[in-house]
Order: sequence, then structure tokens, then C-alpha cells
Amino acid sequence: MGAIVLGDAPALPLHEAGKYVAAAYIVLFALVLIYVAIMAIRLSRIERELGELLEGVERPAGEPAAGEAPTQAPRESTLA
Amino acid sequence: MYGKGLRLLSISTVAAMALALSLVFFYAPLDADQGFLQKIFYIHVPMAIVALCGFIIGALLAIAHLRTRDPRWDMRSYVAIHMSLIFAVGALITGSIWAKGSWGHWWEWSEPTLVSFLIVFLLYATYQPLRFAIEDPERQARYASVFAVTAGAFVPLNFMAVRLSTAYVHPRVLGSTSNLPGPMALTFLVSLGAIGLLYATLCKYELTAKHTRAQLRALRRRLLGEGQDATKPRSRSAAPSVAPGATMSAQAASRSVL
Repeated sequence: MGAIVLGDAPALPLHEAGKYVAAAYIVLFALVLIYVAIMAIRLSRIERELGELLEGVERPAGEPAAGEAPTQAPRESTLA
Repeated sequence: MYGKGLRLLSISTVAAMALALSLVFFYAPLDADQGFLQKIFYIHVPMAIVALCGFIIGALLAIAHLRTRDPRWDMRSYVAIHMSLIFAVGALITGSIWAKGSWGHWWEWSEPTLVSFLIVFLLYATYQPLRFAIEDPERQARYASVFAVTAGAFVPLNFMAVRLSTAYVHPRVLGSTSNLPGPMALTFLVSLGAIGLLYATLCKYELTAKHTRAQLRALRRRLLGEGQDATKPRSRSAAPSVAPGATMSAQAASRSVL
């Protein structure tokens, strides 16, 4: 049955087959692009977290972090 | 650690992909039966082969994890299966597009090759939910490894069963009946190599990203103090939660802290 189907099926003309071939290759590149985009998001998250850690290390003990309300008594540092 | 050699691997992959695409569109002759549509063969079949091989690699890495109880092997097995699933999705979609152009419909339920591949895909699609369902990292890794080994053994069995079955419309590739002319066979092998390199590169990227994130988490814990992190509930995840450099004792220690 398969041989009959394949044997009788005429080759699609280029303008007809082209869209299927293009779609298949676009699928491959879309998968890679989506993966690269996800990796870019992860990388930016790692960069942000590293920045936060660096800020925490460079900040003198007792000084509040950006956006944090200053307190009367200096808090005990946990960065030692 | 995992980032070593990543640049060379990435450049090799880009070069191999460029070479494969050049051969596909400028060197390989048009197929007598299917004409230009047959160009899909050069990405569809390699993606399916690489996905199936990736599942088997995942099983072998899971065996290493069960033997050594080293969480790094679980991480590698997870990444191999995770990436194979993505490639399997690609193989299914490109196969459906090819089927539509060649046979006139998107799917053929009476074709063993298609249905068996779908069964393997659906089997592995349960891998992530299985991991997610288990909260304890050690138990999660052990159960996931057992699953990976069992499902991995199913892949070659499935392949052999398909070989023994009657083909309806889907041709059997890499068998005694495949008579690819020289230029087509060369193009196919280069495409297979390029897709294999793409798989290896993406796996390495994934491992590097996970390892970096785990290192960052460990650094944060050290800088902020154990107590501050201990107050946060551990978020459940399907991905292995242990740093790839950690040993089993470190994993147990981190669990007791958290």
C-alpha cells in the first residue's frame, strides 16, 4: 500500500513544496531561537543576582540597602 | 567547569550547520519521487535519531547515577532527556509538515513508525511531571533515574518492533532497503553530525547555566548566612536542585539545613 501511495504520488512543484520545506526549517530555527531567548533571560537573571550580591559585599556594615528604610540601631551584619 | 570548550563546540556547531544547509540546498540532488519536498528529510530524520539516542544516553547516565549516587550524573541524565524531548518535538512537527506535503494529511495513525515515536515521546513527556511530583531531592533523583533506565530500555525495543512491522507509507531509513545515492548520503551524514553537534552544544549550555546558577545560590547562602536562607521555603522544581559539583553527603547536608 505504501509503495503504491509513494509511487503514484507525483512530486510537488517547487512553489507548492517550497512552503512545506520552509515551514520545516523555520521550525528548527524557531526551536533554537526560543532556546537562545530562554538562555538570555536566565543569563540576565544571573547577572542581576550577581549584582545584588556584589552590592551586598561592597556595602559597609550597617548601611541599609537601596530601597530599604534606615534603622536607628545598626543591624548585625551577616556578611562576615 | 562545564563551560570549558563551549566556545569551540559552539563554533563547530555553527560551521557544521552552515555546511549542512549548503549541502542540502546546493549539492544534494532532487529526489525523483518527492522533488524539493524531500529536503525535509535532512532535518527530520537526524532530529528523530538524535532525540532517540539522547533518550538512551539519558538512560546510561541514569545508570551511572544509580551506581554512584553522585547527583552530577542525575543532572546530566536530566539535561540529556530534557534536550531530547525538545528535539523529539522538532521531529514530530517537521514530520507532520512533511506528511501533509507528501501524503496530504498531517498524521497517519496506521503507520507504526509514527505511532511508536509518539508513544516514546509521550512516555518521556511524563518524566518532568514525575520529578516535579517528588519533593525530596534525593528520592526525586533516584526515582527519575529508575524511570530513565526503564524508558531508555524501551527505546531500542520499540525501534526493533517497528523494523519488524509492516511499513505502510513511512519509508524505513538506515536499513538494507535504503538506497541513498552518494551525494544524498553524504548530505544526510553531515546533517546528522550537525544536529548531533547542536544537541551536544545545547546540553553543554544547559549544564553550564545550571551549574552557574547553583554556584551563585551557594555563594548567596555563604554571604547572607545560612539562617537567612533557611527561613525561605524551598521551591519545588522538576530540575535537579543540587550543585553539579556537590557530592551525596553535601546533598544530604543541604537537605538537613533546608
